[in-house]
Amino acid sequence: MPFDETVSTFPEHREPLLITLSSQGKNSRLVPEPFDAGDLDDLRPAEHLPVLPDISEVETIRHFTRLSRLNFGIDQGMYPLGSCTMKHNPKISEEILSRFAAIHPADRRAMQIILSSIHTLAGFLQEICGMDACSLWPAAGAHGELTGMMIIKKAVKAVGQDRTTVLVPDTAHGTNPASCSIAGFITKNIPSGPEGFVTASLVQKHLDGDVAALMLTNPNTLGIFEQEISRIATILHENGSYLYMDGANLNAIMGISRPGDMGVDCMHVNLHKTFGAPHGGGGPGGGPVLVKKTLERFLPVPRLERDSSGLFHLSLHYPDSIGMVHSTLGNVGVLIKALTYLLSVGPDGIRKAAATACLNANYLKKKLRETFDLPYDTPTLHEFVLSDRKQKDAGITTMDIAKMLMDAGFHPPTVHFPLVVPGALMIEPTETEPLRELQRFTDAMERIAEMCRSGPGSVRNRPQSTPVTRVDEVHAARNLVLTWKDAESIGSEQVSK
Amino acid sequence: MPFLALSPQERESILSFLGIRSEEELFSCIPEELRYAGSLSLEGPYDEQTLRARFPLPREAVLFTGGGVYRHYVPALVDAVAHRQEFVTSYTPYQPEISQGTLQAIFEYQSMMASLTGMEAANASLYDGATALAEAALMSLRIKGVRRILISRATNPTYRAVVRTYLQQVGDVEVHEIPFNPATGSMDISSLKSSLGSDAAFFFQNPNYFGVIEPIEEISRMSTGFALWGVVINDAVSLGVLSPPGTYGSTLVIGEAQSFGNPVCGGGPLLGFFCTTRDHIRKMPGRIVGLTHDHNGKQAFCLTLSTREQHIRREKATSNICTNQGLCALRAALYLSAMGPIGLRKVASQCASGARYLRKLLSAKGMETVFSWPFFHEFVVRMDEKTFERLEQEGIVPGIRIESFYPEISDGVLVTVTEMNTKEDCRCLLTRL
Repeated sequence: MPFDETVSTFPEHREPLLITLSSQGKNSRLVPEPFDAGDLDDLRPAEHLPVLPDISEVETIRHFTRLSRLNFGIDQGMYPLGSCTMKHNPKISEEILSRFAAIHPADRRAMQIILSSIHTLAGFLQEICGMDACSLWPAAGAHGELTGMMIIKKAVKAVGQDRTTVLVPDTAHGTNPASCSIAGFITKNIPSGPEGFVTASLVQKHLDGDVAALMLTNPNTLGIFEQEISRIATILHENGSYLYMDGANLNAIMGISRPGDMGVDCMHVNLHKTFGAPHGGGGPGGGPVLVKKTLERFLPVPRLERDSSGLFHLSLHYPDSIGMVHSTLGNVGVLIKALTYLLSVGPDGIRKAAATACLNANYLKKKLRETFDLPYDTPTLHEFVLSDRKQKDAGITTMDIAKMLMDAGFHPPTVHFPLVVPGALMIEPTETEPLRELQRFTDAMERIAEMCRSGPGSVRNRPQSTPVTRVDEVHAARNLVLTWKDAESIGSEQVSK
Repeated sequence: MPFLALSPQERESILSFLGIRSEEELFSCIPEELRYAGSLSLEGPYDEQTLRARFPLPREAVLFTGGGVYRHYVPALVDAVAHRQEFVTSYTPYQPEISQGTLQAIFEYQSMMASLTGMEAANASLYDGATALAEAALMSLRIKGVRRILISRATNPTYRAVVRTYLQQVGDVEVHEIPFNPATGSMDISSLKSSLGSDAAFFFQNPNYFGVIEPIEEISRMSTGFALWGVVINDAVSLGVLSPPGTYGSTLVIGEAQSFGNPVCGGGPLLGFFCTTRDHIRKMPGRIVGLTHDHNGKQAFCLTLSTREQHIRREKATSNICTNQGLCALRAALYLSAMGPIGLRKVASQCASGARYLRKLLSAKGMETVFSWPFFHEFVVRMDEKTFERLEQEGIVPGIRIESFYPEISDGVLVTVTEMNTKEDCRCLLTRL
């Protein structure tokens, strides 16, 4: 059984800070020097060299290679982080992308290959979402949300209105209200119904002339399809309001159901979730925004255009546009990876991926629903939410369960989210998990529940087989050490007892 | 389709475990009228070999392009290490016990960025330099009484455009531009003087968009009259040869660090950096990694000051940013570690030397720089559109045409030289003129 073994997948090792490896003159790298070192006095160069570590090549490589071994990635094991869609990332994408590494955005001829590729991607995304137009530039999901809300704000203003409220359900990602605030809206939280989805009658109750939009994640963060979404769209539209959809969970329904057909006016997708681009330990991601015809003229500039000779251009001449949201074309590399993914799986594959993601999630749910509390018994798609209610009596919380899972060789699910479920464990296996791994996960979860019953003490002090044990996050926030310099000033023994 | 891992038999066994006959039944919770009956018009599926053939190799050209995205040599070790799957296929490090690699690497990135800029703290990255400046402007508005944002006109025009997009969402804020001196290309100091006030935050790019080195000492002396001021960096490699901007007393140093180990790649991913002083850390947008210890007292890292962030504070967060440019920041840390102090100084000096070499060649042919003041590795010349396009056709991109952003500089072309160029490139441009 996983927890009886103390065999760790991680090295027993504390990696020193890079700066402590530094010794003056150690770095012997040759750098390209195509030009004669001329007189640069007019530049008034700094007297001193930049303050950076001076390290040999081999030490740099070993340091960061060792660091990599302190990390857990999808290629090591299952990563059922709810609403993050941690699916397998095809390796071919990196290879394809490397061909474009040297294309400068101002090299208009070479850029044709990139522009035509991302044009294809935009078309694919529109097709999958049932939307009419697209901007690929937002660099992440939250950036897409912000762009979308700016578009809606501009559209509202364009008809001479000054609506300031956006309705956000209690199951929404934290980025939703935050994006609304930056776009200058006031958010009003609305509760989801007893079955875990937002009802049209509830939306109706909150509608007035000040509501610019409703932001809805579909399927929502409980994994539940928003069954009344069409009706909700209708009443919003009758009220002169827009329906924004957070596409974070699009993986559940791609090829199965199209947001455009549900009445969605504006949405974003997450390329690093749904479309196979890796997450990179925190980006770069991709958050393209898609809109219906009515909102197209407000999309960010530049807009990608194709002339009669088939050449692509970027145009700034869209007077109604919200303006620029990025200095270039967003995370171009991520766009290429998403396209590579879509071309690899094809139209039937998209549908099959969604179905398999739902199949795997429902398998896990049925296996675990007796042992753990299932707060909503509504049918779910690609993810589901459990809670720690049954384990709490033994003094075991969601965080303990999460940390314990690490000792079993898994990345934990998303914890304490959505906020409507106290002690939530949000589980999303994705379509790329083998059955064996799903079974290993349910075994581990069963075993944890068993341990909570028989000897909760052994669950509390976890994880133990990871590079570090439970991290003191409170200490980090109270005693800010954010750089090597800070670390030096508190003395190294304080951080490495 | 590829990438799935269930055998047909396993699929059947799960279906029967769930008590359903087909996968279609999984979607019975979706109202029937919303189930898509058509077939998606997409391409594929393609095998890897076919996929490769679908993406042709681009034609190589001689490039003198920069303007915010820079070609610098990326040491081989950067790709070799940054491609390790443990870095590439992990999520944002919410669970510190199994994310120490990403967390420590970001901590080292923060340390090096703070050191290079002469500031006390750096965040874990933002999308790009433009959104970093927009976030800086939003942060200034959280300081009591600030209602004016001043930006030098010689700041990257796309950055100014993004700031305008962000700030038009906020009521009651003025955005002003500080003009540049048409002869020198540097900031018009008298305009700056007349705009002083504690109700304003002021930002300028240095070296500016035209490559010109701004008189930072003079500007900094005057800028104490603002609520806050910040320096914008376009090419972080410039930090290898210029004094750290933080030593002049600014509150913020922000900008673009794509140059540190990230390829140009059609313009992205880029790497926005954001550095500030200790007393402004809590107002900072984005993720921050801090050093702490685990329950056994062993050194450990985690994301910190999360109470500023959207997943805790929701609508009251300092920013909506969630996913940032983590892997690009890791590449920057690798790059800086690979280059070291001498390497980075050499690269920066080579860029400046190369630009002076090309300027001299052009000047000998009668093509003078538009601005008279010293520059780093970019300068503006005039070249008519016809010549520019002919050169492009011949495989030489002499720079970036900037007239659409600066109508006052007719036929202006921003020429950039980095260590990726050679003397031969420069002579080649000259002979084709």
